[in-house]
Amino acid sequence: MKTRILMKGNEAIAEAAVRAGCRFYAGYPITPQNEIPEYLSWRMLEVGGVFIQAESELAAINMVYGASAAGIRAMTSSSSPGISLKQEAISFLAGAELPCVIVNMQRGGPGLGNISASQADYFQAVKGGGHGDYKIIVYAPYSVQELWDLTILAFDKADEYRTPVMILGDAIIGQMMEPFYPTDYKKPELPDKDWIIDGCEGRLPHVIKTLYMGDGELEMMNNKLQKKYKNIKNKEVISEGHFIDDAELIVVAFGIAARIALSSVIKLRRKGIKVGLFRPVTLFPFPENELFLISDENKRFLVVEMNAGQMLEDVKLAINGRSEVLFYGRTGGMVVSPEEIDKKILSLIDLKCNVKM
Amino acid sequence: MKKIVFKRPESLKKEPFRYCPGCGHSLIHRLIAECIDSFGIRGKTIGIAPVGCAVFAYDYFNIDMIECAHGRPPAVATGIKRTRPDKIVFSYQGDGDLAAIGTAEIIHAANRGENISVFFINNANYGMTGGQMAPTTLLEQYTSTTRSGRKPEIHGYPLRIAELLSTIEGTSFVIRTAVNSHKNLMNTKRAIEKAFRYQIEDRGFSLVEILSQCPVGWKMSPEDSLKWVDETMSKIFPLGVYKDKFKEAD
Repeated sequence: MKTRILMKGNEAIAEAAVRAGCRFYAGYPITPQNEIPEYLSWRMLEVGGVFIQAESELAAINMVYGASAAGIRAMTSSSSPGISLKQEAISFLAGAELPCVIVNMQRGGPGLGNISASQADYFQAVKGGGHGDYKIIVYAPYSVQELWDLTILAFDKADEYRTPVMILGDAIIGQMMEPFYPTDYKKPELPDKDWIIDGCEGRLPHVIKTLYMGDGELEMMNNKLQKKYKNIKNKEVISEGHFIDDAELIVVAFGIAARIALSSVIKLRRKGIKVGLFRPVTLFPFPENELFLISDENKRFLVVEMNAGQMLEDVKLAINGRSEVLFYGRTGGMVVSPEEIDKKILSLIDLKCNVKM
Repeated sequence: MKKIVFKRPESLKKEPFRYCPGCGHSLIHRLIAECIDSFGIRGKTIGIAPVGCAVFAYDYFNIDMIECAHGRPPAVATGIKRTRPDKIVFSYQGDGDLAAIGTAEIIHAANRGENISVFFINNANYGMTGGQMAPTTLLEQYTSTTRSGRKPEIHGYPLRIAELLSTIEGTSFVIRTAVNSHKNLMNTKRAIEKAFRYQIEDRGFSLVEILSQCPVGWKMSPEDSLKWVDETMSKIFPLGVYKDKFKEAD
């Protein structure tokens, strides 16, 4: 029988990681993600894994780099300022093709910002963040159920593509409690990890590196990475639509902003207003084809984000001028309310249906 | 009957060293490889290369190797050793890597008492990038960023890593050696051997600081650089055992 359990978002991620076979975690305290290291500090011991409270974010993710190179499923987590510190190693992990999962429970920025929910690290997550031409898979869960499911998926995709994968959450999703189905983990067929460093007994030595000094060597490596990213773009896009077909206005939002926008959209639909919601679940790869296919000159799009307009740029690129694209956002850890979204939508919709709000 | 008395260690690839003439790195590589061979641990040893002159260590060591970001080898070593405690893990780090950009990582790996062996190559300058000041550069020493010599009021003092780490409770074996003479080479080999042995015996963190000549960076002949280690460098960085937690036990 399927039973639901009640858990805090951050703890759901931690337990999902353990169920997915993660046996190494290193992190450094930062609000609002502290429940992840706190939970794993005892849980890893129960399952014979390793938990390390590192001296810094840099050390934490480099420990993950080592554990991953040794063939172990590994994870680190942090929040915005801490994720900035990890960018050097994320570039190295991408370059060395080392799988791992990185959780970012975003808080307000820039700088130390505040500890409230924010989505201002979108660019950093999906456009690279560190140096060099690389991408990482980025999932944007909007419920505790998705935190669970996508954390598990993240470990599989990391191994399948030999890439870091990021769970891009925020202070709300990490801190809120919600019932969900803790689905069992079934490991899919994955390629053998025949590249790890665990001692060269009985085989030729392995080298894991990111330095390519020979003429053209680094370009070849980059071509290999770009081929991988193209493959990911073709196969790994996840998105979701609500009330899209006859919608005159489509809200585009990810993560917690999408959760808030959905309640607004459902409410307005009940009033007969033709509004829909499109939600990218993967931010890289971005659902550009899916967005393009629902765009035309009779539709308008409203991008809602808890930042100054970051995914907005990707939505515009995807729609490529076929529809008008508008924006509503709050910054600095201010959370968009359903009422604000209602108001914004109503100000944009032609109210022929004379709805009373 | 022919008897082989000297040969390439199995733990070194058949690859000529590309280090500058007179450089200490190739000597130290060979000593480490000889020790890996003598313990018979080649098949389970993992080495971590630094960013710096020895970044190409993976071209020379005939074992599993990993290169990582500048200064982070102790963190990477921690990740490997904690998940593969049956393997032998060493980091090979220069003075920029270990004593400047990676100071936090080395101090905390030492303080956690990670069961790893660290080989710290101190050549008192940044060799790979063209001879800039290192944290270990001596006072008055010329480098490309201390054209009038290192001045304490501007650049601070040479950082003594062996002394510093010996004060940390988590360390087991800390020693400073050199490779500028036959005698010092043999002492260095014994120190490397001990560092590996302590790891094999689960005795915790070892660091072997090795004063290594860098004639190109020091702007002197290889011969003069050997003398400089004795006459100048080891006056500031005295050779010797700084800590040996298990000395009585042996």
